[in-house]
Amino acid sequence: MGTSASQLPKDLLSEYQELTFLTKQEILLAHKRFTELLAKDDRSCSNPRLPMSRILTLPELKSNPFKERICLVFSTSDNKDGSLTFEDFLDLLSAFSDSATSDIKSHYAFRIFDFDDDGTLDRKDLERLVNCLTGDTDETRLTSDEMKQLINNILEESDIDKDGTVNLSEFQHVISRSPDFVSSFKIVL
Amino acid sequence: MDHNDSVFFMGPSGPSSNLLLDQLPSYQSLLYRRKPSVAGSSRRRSGQRTRLGSSSSWKLKGERLEERPKVAPLQRHARELPLSMVEKRRHKERHMETEKELVGWEQWWQGTRHSLKRLREEGGHLLMALQLWRTDIHVIEGMFGTGIRSYFSFLRFLVLLNFVIFLLMFGFVMLPIIAVPHASGNITSNLDNEKTCSDYPSTSRQGLVVFHQYISDLLSGTGFLEETYLFYGYYKVDSINFPKFSYNLPLAYILITVAYLFLSLIWIVKRSAAGFKQNLIQDEELFQSFCNKIFAGWDFCITNANAARLKRSSLLYELKTDLEEERIKQKIAGRTRKEKCRIYTIRLALNIFVVSVLAACFYCIYRATIYSQESQLKHQIFILELLSEYLPSIVITLGNFITPLIFSLIIQYEDYSPAFEIRFTLMRCVFMRLASIGVLLFSLWSQITCRDASCPCGYNHELYPCWESRVGQEMYKLMIFDFLIIGATTLFVEFPRKLLVTHCEHGLAKWWGQQEFAIPNNVLEIVYGQTICWIGTFYCPLLPAISTIKYFIIFYIKKLTLIHNCRPATRPFRASSSNFFFLGVLLIGLTMAYIPIIASFAQISCSQACGPFVGFKTSWEVVPRSVDQLPYGITIFLKGLASEASAVCFFVITCLAMFYVIALARAHKCVIHQLREQLAMEARDKRFLIEKLLQAQRSAARFRGGTSSSSSGLYGPRSSTSQGLCLLEPPVSTTNV
Repeated sequence: MGTSASQLPKDLLSEYQELTFLTKQEILLAHKRFTELLAKDDRSCSNPRLPMSRILTLPELKSNPFKERICLVFSTSDNKDGSLTFEDFLDLLSAFSDSATSDIKSHYAFRIFDFDDDGTLDRKDLERLVNCLTGDTDETRLTSDEMKQLINNILEESDIDKDGTVNLSEFQHVISRSPDFVSSFKIVL
Repeated sequence: MDHNDSVFFMGPSGPSSNLLLDQLPSYQSLLYRRKPSVAGSSRRRSGQRTRLGSSSSWKLKGERLEERPKVAPLQRHARELPLSMVEKRRHKERHMETEKELVGWEQWWQGTRHSLKRLREEGGHLLMALQLWRTDIHVIEGMFGTGIRSYFSFLRFLVLLNFVIFLLMFGFVMLPIIAVPHASGNITSNLDNEKTCSDYPSTSRQGLVVFHQYISDLLSGTGFLEETYLFYGYYKVDSINFPKFSYNLPLAYILITVAYLFLSLIWIVKRSAAGFKQNLIQDEELFQSFCNKIFAGWDFCITNANAARLKRSSLLYELKTDLEEERIKQKIAGRTRKEKCRIYTIRLALNIFVVSVLAACFYCIYRATIYSQESQLKHQIFILELLSEYLPSIVITLGNFITPLIFSLIIQYEDYSPAFEIRFTLMRCVFMRLASIGVLLFSLWSQITCRDASCPCGYNHELYPCWESRVGQEMYKLMIFDFLIIGATTLFVEFPRKLLVTHCEHGLAKWWGQQEFAIPNNVLEIVYGQTICWIGTFYCPLLPAISTIKYFIIFYIKKLTLIHNCRPATRPFRASSSNFFFLGVLLIGLTMAYIPIIASFAQISCSQACGPFVGFKTSWEVVPRSVDQLPYGITIFLKGLASEASAVCFFVITCLAMFYVIALARAHKCVIHQLREQLAMEARDKRFLIEKLLQAQRSAARFRGGTSSSSSGLYGPRSSTSQGLCLLEPPVSTTNV
């Protein structure tokens, strides 16, 4: 990153523009928000890393049930603690931007929903996904019968090779037919 | 817990087969599509993915790159790859190296393509930044989600559409007249009975005028407003003689009307097709699909904690209702014959009841219009005069208020599934709203056209010397009244309701509850207004401008009431189905707007006392006459296009094209079905083969008598097993199916 915390060098800016789906204004805004969240002493180091707890204070992520998964998926840290560098943060915003392709969005959506990181969405993943969506308390959960019926329906619609899990290709296929996905999978600062 | 080591479903043979499955080429390609650092021993140990390009994983990825054909990954733009920034940079550098190998002309072509693409993107971003109300809609989206946001985008679209229609009308019809007022030629009728037909008594008030008559004129378009640019009657111009050419205004007037109707159609269809694409090939229930609700269920743009909580509860409610609906569907499928008969008779009776309610409403509108027209000839007190002018509008609004309540009451007895109930009620309300405008126009026309053949001018010239202005006035009144009603409802119903609910502790107030932003009703309101605008623009050319201003103000009114008075709906209205619904209803409105305009062009004689079509029998007649004045060749060509022979040919060709496309879609559906079955069969084959393989290994191992040389544990590092097949005893694992 640049030498001073408040300025992004021009060549880096144009490189980011090329490597992400963000416009120049969006990158600069992202930079501003990122440096605001950094602790004072971190601002001067070369490639600062924001811990997950600070990222989750962003208003765009605060009320999101998938906020921890998002940080974990986009993080490049060695010890999977969900911390993000500025470039990770740009990757995040790029995948969630308006102009990102449906391919990229569905890829990252798959990884976010894959709670146990095994490369497929099995019944447990789907159950956790539904609980995230409806809320995790006892009053807000579906009954186990309803959950079973729901997961059976989902698998019936999306599991093409009938192996009981949804892999990436099947997920992307079902997303391509889902009209809501592109408009809902969006975060704009 | 450690099942995350494998990618595939755990068959009865347990984790050992999965270690085998992991070596399959399809698994390897799956790894490649994920982060490249995924594979390898580091992952097995940690059990989680890392994103750093460690040397071993990078080597692994590099090997795979060479194995793959050079086509796919290197051609894609770096940012379209789901990789981290570091890896995208490396990809770009490799791409640039390969580009340097290109010969001169190709390099130049690549360079130009890049810069053109960059230019197009910048242009797109600039257009996006110039969008009206961008921040407002962003705020609304954060607070209420994408369903309500789509309503406001729809409103913005209508503002733009009306503004464009106004620009068309202004540029081609009004601007020539304004620009060259002295050069316009006034026309005289050259039909018989010209004296009586072209007699247009001035309606501006003479003498001492009380001020409230000005207000009544302003609100009803009579008096001083009648002979202004606002209404059709003012455009009594034949042709405008510019220095170099003469501008045929009647032709321009008609062609612009056709143009704006056509433009609206194209724009709406284009906008609705944007969200549709390949979804129509398979006719499953798109918007009700569970996958859509679960995978695309959460609006990631919500920033408000309260809204998030409400969204969760609405999702829960939606899921529960849909699951319930599925159970109901199964129940419906299991109905006995006797029950079916009973249900069908009830439905028939209720539909007859609905039809009779609609007929009663329409009859009321008819009588109100007739009464209003007749009472305009008498002079009354100010308030009564205003009331009688607005009587049709009042009756229509009352009807539109009462009938949805009746419909939602009786639909409960018709025993449909919940989703169908909502849709059917909506359809009935749409029909009621749009048909009421049609009934109003029909009752007007029954007055304008003569019942017997005794009309010298072809229309009732005693009552209506300039009937188009009168129709324009009715449309103008409808629009003003609609706007007043929306403002008044917000001010006098919604704000007090909010105050009542927040401050009053009475049980009744709590039961009434806070206002929900009911999207269907709001959409119907604005589509109703837009239909009036489309019909009325021909008779009242400034109506699109009024409509633009009206929708502009309505945006702020609705935004205000949304933020202050409303809570998010318990039953969410999805963004995608919203788009389809909004544009579908708008299209129905447009179709209903075509009918009166086509009828008035073709059937009803135009006024001889006012307007640009003095001298013609019907408005449309100006087109053939102008075509006759064109050079001979073009005339023959255009006449040939409009003849019956070409119409039949066109119809036949369109039918053939449609049949071809339908047959193609059906064939594709068959192929898709077969491919899906084939995929399922392949997966079963694969598991079967792996089972057999493992059995063979086990029997071979047992034959050799002893455990395998592999000392690695079940979940240990892969290094020793990566070379060959794993020879482990499968544990008795209970895997859930």
